[in-house]
Amino acid sequence: MKAKVHVTLKAGVLDPQGKAIGNALAALGFKGVGDVRQGKFIELEIDETDPDAARAQIEKMCVQLLANTVIENYDIELDR
Amino acid sequence: MKSAVIVFPGSNCDRDIAVALERASGVAPEMIWHRETTLPLLDLIVLPGGFAYGDYLRGGAIAARSPIMRAVAERANQGVPLLGICNGFQVLTESSLLPGVLMRNAGLKYICRDIHVRVASTESVFTQGYAQDQLLRIPIAHNEGNYRAQESMLDRLEGEGLVAFRYAACDGSADGNPNGSARDIAGIFNHSRTVLGLMPHPERAVDPAHGGTDGVAMFEGLVAALAR
Amino acid sequence: MSDVNQALAAEHGLSPSEYQTVLSIMGREPNLTELGIFSVMWSEHCSYKSSRIWLKTLPTSGPQVICGPGENAGVVDIGDGLAAVFKMESHNHPSFIEPYQGAATGVGGIMRDVFTMGARPVANMNALRFGDPDHPKTRHLVAGVVAGIGGYGNCMGVPTIGGEVNFDPAYNGNILVNAMTVGLAPTGKIFYSAAAGVGNPVVYIGSKTGRDGIHGATMASAQFDDDTDEKRPTVQVGDPFTEKLLLEACLELMATDAIIAIQDMGAAGLTSSTVEMADKGGVGIELNLEAVPTREDGMTPYEIMLSESQERMLMVLKPGREAQARAIFEKWELDFAIIGRVTDSGHFVLKVDGATVADIPVAPLVNEAPLYDRPWKTAPRRAVLPHGAIASPDDPLAVLADLLGSANFCSRRWIWEQYDHMVMADTNQRPGGDAAIIRIHATTRGLAITTDCTPRYCHADPETGGKQAVAEAWRNLCAVGARPLALTNNLNFGNPERPSIMGQFVGCVAGIAAASSAFDFPVVSGNVSLYNETNGEAILPTPVIGGLGLVDDLDRTARVAFAGPDQAIILIGDTAGWLGASAYLAQIEGRDEGAPPPVDLPAERANGDFVRQCINAGDVTACHDISDGGLIVAVAEMAMAGRLGARIESPKADLPLFAWLYGEDQARYVLTVENADSLLAKARAAGVAAMVIGRTGGESLTVDDAYTISVNELRAAHESWLPTYMAAS
Repeated sequence: MKAKVHVTLKAGVLDPQGKAIGNALAALGFKGVGDVRQGKFIELEIDETDPDAARAQIEKMCVQLLANTVIENYDIELDR
Repeated sequence: MKSAVIVFPGSNCDRDIAVALERASGVAPEMIWHRETTLPLLDLIVLPGGFAYGDYLRGGAIAARSPIMRAVAERANQGVPLLGICNGFQVLTESSLLPGVLMRNAGLKYICRDIHVRVASTESVFTQGYAQDQLLRIPIAHNEGNYRAQESMLDRLEGEGLVAFRYAACDGSADGNPNGSARDIAGIFNHSRTVLGLMPHPERAVDPAHGGTDGVAMFEGLVAALAR
Repeated sequence: MSDVNQALAAEHGLSPSEYQTVLSIMGREPNLTELGIFSVMWSEHCSYKSSRIWLKTLPTSGPQVICGPGENAGVVDIGDGLAAVFKMESHNHPSFIEPYQGAATGVGGIMRDVFTMGARPVANMNALRFGDPDHPKTRHLVAGVVAGIGGYGNCMGVPTIGGEVNFDPAYNGNILVNAMTVGLAPTGKIFYSAAAGVGNPVVYIGSKTGRDGIHGATMASAQFDDDTDEKRPTVQVGDPFTEKLLLEACLELMATDAIIAIQDMGAAGLTSSTVEMADKGGVGIELNLEAVPTREDGMTPYEIMLSESQERMLMVLKPGREAQARAIFEKWELDFAIIGRVTDSGHFVLKVDGATVADIPVAPLVNEAPLYDRPWKTAPRRAVLPHGAIASPDDPLAVLADLLGSANFCSRRWIWEQYDHMVMADTNQRPGGDAAIIRIHATTRGLAITTDCTPRYCHADPETGGKQAVAEAWRNLCAVGARPLALTNNLNFGNPERPSIMGQFVGCVAGIAAASSAFDFPVVSGNVSLYNETNGEAILPTPVIGGLGLVDDLDRTARVAFAGPDQAIILIGDTAGWLGASAYLAQIEGRDEGAPPPVDLPAERANGDFVRQCINAGDVTACHDISDGGLIVAVAEMAMAGRLGARIESPKADLPLFAWLYGEDQARYVLTVENADSLLAKARAAGVAAMVIGRTGGESLTVDDAYTISVNELRAAHESWLPTYMAAS
């Protein structure tokens, strides 16, 4: 099955890239843009077919590698 | 002093640190490929600068999970001195051998230039060759050197004297911090001061031909402390 | 399998007569794959069809030359059993479309050219030309190109130690990104591209092949129009991490004797690399395309052959060495596939699962490639601009801060601080001087490297401009104390089908040939980039010279910074106050008029030899060549670098003071010395013009005790322009 992992910076962690994007949007004339945060999107193809087992497996991947849990949160989305 | 340099795919300061270690100790370090799982008997382990695994995902993230790192962590926990320079520092934080993270530079640009740091603690095998508060001129070259940790961790690092180097202003410039690091931190120790991670490259300042020699005392100090 | 006809050939950039030649070579209509192969091999980029007859006039030999133009890079002997391998190459069109990836893959390509020959890259340089700073695209292009060059070179761990940057509206629609790499190899271990040995395996290594960059080579040979944005999908993406692995794996395999021939896949990918290996070896090659590692399913032979995916190489191995080679590439986690073999057929044959999908005779594909003697005309010579034609300023120093704080004269620190210029720990002279110097590892010798061109002069008078570009490279090497060895070039011009543009090309090449010959400074490699024009607006003629020199003793070199107070400042060379086509005229008066300064080749050589000898003898405490902006700009740069002022006295001849200060007469240097009398005596003996023009000291530049400006004020103007410009949005 296919899984999508979104890795985002935890609230309160400074995100200079997001800030730069926000400034650039403002410079392009986009008004009303508040906080901008940049994250990562990772798409995985896995053999596991059971959703619960798949989620548990990906949870492990996130903790061990995909996210740095000191500063990042992750969110798992399963496609079936 | 018997030392080893861990080589990851994408390491690119491995030769430079090997030259600096050999210059100080007279013995070439062993170069150990990341896929090894065991280490010989060693007095010092170095994680060199570069772009291990292209810095893909996060700087140092994939290298921190490579096979040799289990053995490296084991030795570090036994008290074998472990030095991580630049990308090596990133590998150390990603392996949780040191606290905190190294984020993108505040200016969002790669920076390569000489900077100044002050020696914040001489109480280690790495820094005993320096004087307390000594001002050093050493090059930096990184994209992600912006040291961050929780306030409580920063307080603890400072309270326990675990800050090794701090960026310092020089030549009348107002701010010596090149990358936005919290509390001007350029390098930190672990709790027993046997693991050091730092962003500046002391191995690029060991030869008059480099334009500076302020890195020499680190390597000569290590040899003095660790020679058998 | 296809309906190939003249119309489809035209879409592939082949003219009717070129297509007729294809038909006669093939004796039938080519299929689509074969047509694709002809079209890339006969593109301007691969065949040099407009430039080849002129490139043959360049001097390419000398006792130091191990390999001249024709291989992946030039090779010169630097003594002690070592060779320097170097070349410059453009990535102009891709960088305009996608600046980060375009510049990054340009750097990746030139490094591959160098390590393909067995050399470890030890230094990168780059010559960049951007449009008007006020043009809406310029800032974005500067940011992207600089980040791309840094992103690739930094990751590879090869220091980027210098280069040059200009801004001019003529580059608004066509920026120039010329990247140069210098590598070191043992003289006995240089690798070439000639395939040999019937039956030997042809091996593919590196990244997988994707659909990226298809028709990059033909794009590099086409003009832009307003729909250029549509061409975006053809841009390749660079992977410096893979290239770093490829570098280490290749050097590891090269340390064995398993390789017969090796060639990188650059422009026109698998096609040109295979054809070149077969042609150089006088053999045939047969490839089985199903064995080519691909990134996407369902790639056609046409796509596989024309893909410009990066970080790939082709090798011919000795028989029986496949396992040894495979083990090395697998250690470095790189693809390794045997995709074909050398044959005695003289044909380039492609098969898919045993069925032939293309079959082209190699010799005519290469030898009957089009060659044009395109019509050219020389622009009328410009008249010499008299001093009286320019208003004399009240205070000639008042404009100095404006000049030093302008786009074309400001400090390039913002750029080179984004390049790791110290990795490998052998950088001896960092960016910002006349030439950068890297130490030859574990020795006390060094290589000096510079890139130079003054497009303003080339536009005003192509032949003089061509000479001047070589002369300036020569001077920059001499000014650090290096012995110039050889050069590479990157000839960037507009549409060669226009006689006026072809005239610029012909003139510049004639100038380069004359100067290169006069200095015994041969051309050992190079690249031509034509069709740099948009909607009929061509770039300025920009023949960039990359010069390489040898430093015999790193303790006997010179730097631009004033080294201490109370030292005599000496001007070497004759000064007529030449202001035609000068920076002063362009920047201060906004005028592009007059003939450029003449280049006296014997004087250049004599003065350069003299300056180098003085530096090597230890007589000189600082040295700077005089180029754009003239004497006072050179002195100001020395003062800013040393944070030390100077008191200058003009000779008060019939020359207006501002012409003496800003004139751009060639063959000149500024030196500082402890002992002026001894240096002047040596100069007299050598027949070289030399005069004391002042002394170092204080915090200001002062001229004739009448005009003065503080060095700090100059520094502030000089350092702030680029960061301020780039910070604005």
